[in-house]
Amino acid sequence: MNLPLFCPIPISDPERIQLAHGEGARLTRRLIREELLAAFSNPFLAPLADAATLPDLGGRLVMTTDSSVVSPLFFPGGDIGSLAIHGAINDLAVSGAEPMYLSVALILEEGLPMETLRRVIRSMKDAAQACGVSIVTGDTKVVPHGEADQLFICTTGIGRLRPGADLGAHRVRPGDRILVSGTLGDHGLAILGSREGLEFGDQLCSDSAPLHHLIAVLLSSGANVRFMRDATRGGVAAVLHELVEQSGLTARLYETALPVSPAARGACELLGLDPLHIANEGKLVAVVAEESADAAVAILQSHPLGIHAAVIGEATSALPPQVLITNPFGQLRVIDEPSGAPLPRIC
Amino acid sequence: MKFVDEYRDPQLAERLVTTLHETVTRPWTVMEVCGGQTHTLVRSGIDRMIPETFTLVHGPGCPVCVTPLEMIDRALEIAARPEVTFCSFGDMLRVPGTARDLLRVRADGGDVRVVYSPLDAVTLAEKYPDREVVFFAVGFETTAPATALAVSHARRRGLSNFSMLVSHVLVRPAMEMILAAPQNRVQGFLAAGHVCTVMGYEGYHDLAAKYRVPIVVTGFEPVDLLDGLLMLAKQLEAGRNDVENQYARSVSREGNRHAQAAIAEVYEICDRPWRGLGVLPMSGLRLRPAYYDMDAERRFPSAAPASIEPAECRSGEVLVGLLRPDQCEAFGTRCTPEHPLGAPMVSSEGACAAYWKYGRLPSAQTSEPG
Repeated sequence: MNLPLFCPIPISDPERIQLAHGEGARLTRRLIREELLAAFSNPFLAPLADAATLPDLGGRLVMTTDSSVVSPLFFPGGDIGSLAIHGAINDLAVSGAEPMYLSVALILEEGLPMETLRRVIRSMKDAAQACGVSIVTGDTKVVPHGEADQLFICTTGIGRLRPGADLGAHRVRPGDRILVSGTLGDHGLAILGSREGLEFGDQLCSDSAPLHHLIAVLLSSGANVRFMRDATRGGVAAVLHELVEQSGLTARLYETALPVSPAARGACELLGLDPLHIANEGKLVAVVAEESADAAVAILQSHPLGIHAAVIGEATSALPPQVLITNPFGQLRVIDEPSGAPLPRIC
Repeated sequence: MKFVDEYRDPQLAERLVTTLHETVTRPWTVMEVCGGQTHTLVRSGIDRMIPETFTLVHGPGCPVCVTPLEMIDRALEIAARPEVTFCSFGDMLRVPGTARDLLRVRADGGDVRVVYSPLDAVTLAEKYPDREVVFFAVGFETTAPATALAVSHARRRGLSNFSMLVSHVLVRPAMEMILAAPQNRVQGFLAAGHVCTVMGYEGYHDLAAKYRVPIVVTGFEPVDLLDGLLMLAKQLEAGRNDVENQYARSVSREGNRHAQAAIAEVYEICDRPWRGLGVLPMSGLRLRPAYYDMDAERRFPSAAPASIEPAECRSGEVLVGLLRPDQCEAFGTRCTPEHPLGAPMVSSEGACAAYWKYGRLPSAQTSEPG
């Protein structure tokens, strides 16, 4: 069999990601130097070593890792870049740590427009700067077209545990109050709206935000905080199910106390969704001793990210360990664990 | 929120509950037809607020639930074809067929998509002329006008790659089947407000007269349902069997003529099998011969053997109000949302799903302690 001989002319569009950008050679180095190093510049990253050498952090370390695969990459109120940074920051902050250093690994799909990558990098840079953390090491890989959806980000964060911080379900006692730092469901609904082309009005924006400052203010106020989580996938319901499982107590909520924005409520009504099951990206769930609850809410409300903070329920041992809610008619019902996310790839 | 909050007003609800307690003097059994009403009743706890002697049984008005296994299996078979983009309302994705569900077909490489409107499927067919786009048209008279419009649109745009797997069902024949059954306990109906928005309620008069049951066309919010139950109780106590309209803000006697015309243009009435109930005569809609070219059942002939419904799932009894979901031995043990035996456990209007989501409270803890 005679095959015609031909030499494919390499097509190199400088404005798109190519497989060669991930092969470790010239294009990789250029990508790292011109796009990443330029944006994230700091003394730990500058040597471009295989690992960052960090100073003595003087305390117990807290470490977290998170992957962001949200679709679409850009959505009302945020994008995958800031989301990746906020996700790591929030995981550290709710664990009682001060976020300090991040690593960022990018998985890029061949053909990704360079401008999209630049937008995401700029967003990561701005978010990290605003949070006061440094991106000290990273990695870039390129996969063939069709083997990833544009761009995925893996973020790892390291923080220093606040002296005296002792948080966890083991500390929750009957009578403790359950707080949230603001309106529920905004992120998931904003993603749903922008992905499905549903118009909910302009008000539905992701709540993607770093919570470390809000949490620092709360913790340093002396409020007796027992347990904290950021209510991401599965919403507040997932957090409370975890709390119930670990503490053996019941989480009892009050439906009329749940802060939900009118736009989010409308969207939930329309789509038959429960705001308790929907993902947030900038909302804190905190369990606080009864005597600290009012002060804690006031402190949260005085912060721009906590204006709509509210007590939504309490921990109790008077009922079997479940997540229960009292509806406006005074009837109790079970809040189930979300089964089968209403929407995949929200974060 | 306007048009919502006023129908969830706790004070108004409490007044209606009080009046209902004063009105009911004897035991009565009534059925809410629609699965959406079932969910509101269980979610808001109305079933626990009304007099104990006023028994609610849940009806067959969950279209996903009554879609028979053989139709689910047909859907799965068509959705798995490599040339097909299969579009469905989200509810259907987790309904188990004999071997798998639509989510599994998608995980196995099938192109299965959730759409919010049948017209979205038509748009997909226009956008991807090389794909065979199939829409799974399920539902009562409420969704039929929209699916009929999808067929008309596709025809007008000359799309040859759009078809529908039609499994529409009609409410009235199911109500009559329940009333005619020898073991029937139902003494009054809350008729489904949204079906009546489309179809009106003239058709219920002969049913009410023939079987001597009052029928109240009712909405879906807690206050609507309490109001409808009170209207029903007053009729029962007075020995009346009239057709009344609680949901007047949406329903007129003659219904929506345009929607009815859209249905009549595309569909004709046919016999149809219902899950757990068998074939009910004149209880479904199928495409008229002029639209056979858009009938997915004709376009994709089946090679699969006949489906056999699992014996353990007692959804047939649940759907006609003979069995409460939590009275089923499999409920919550061998049948859960993760491993459903039948559609009522995973459909958003399914009675079993309502009991799972809202009703799993020990009986002593149905309302606020202390």
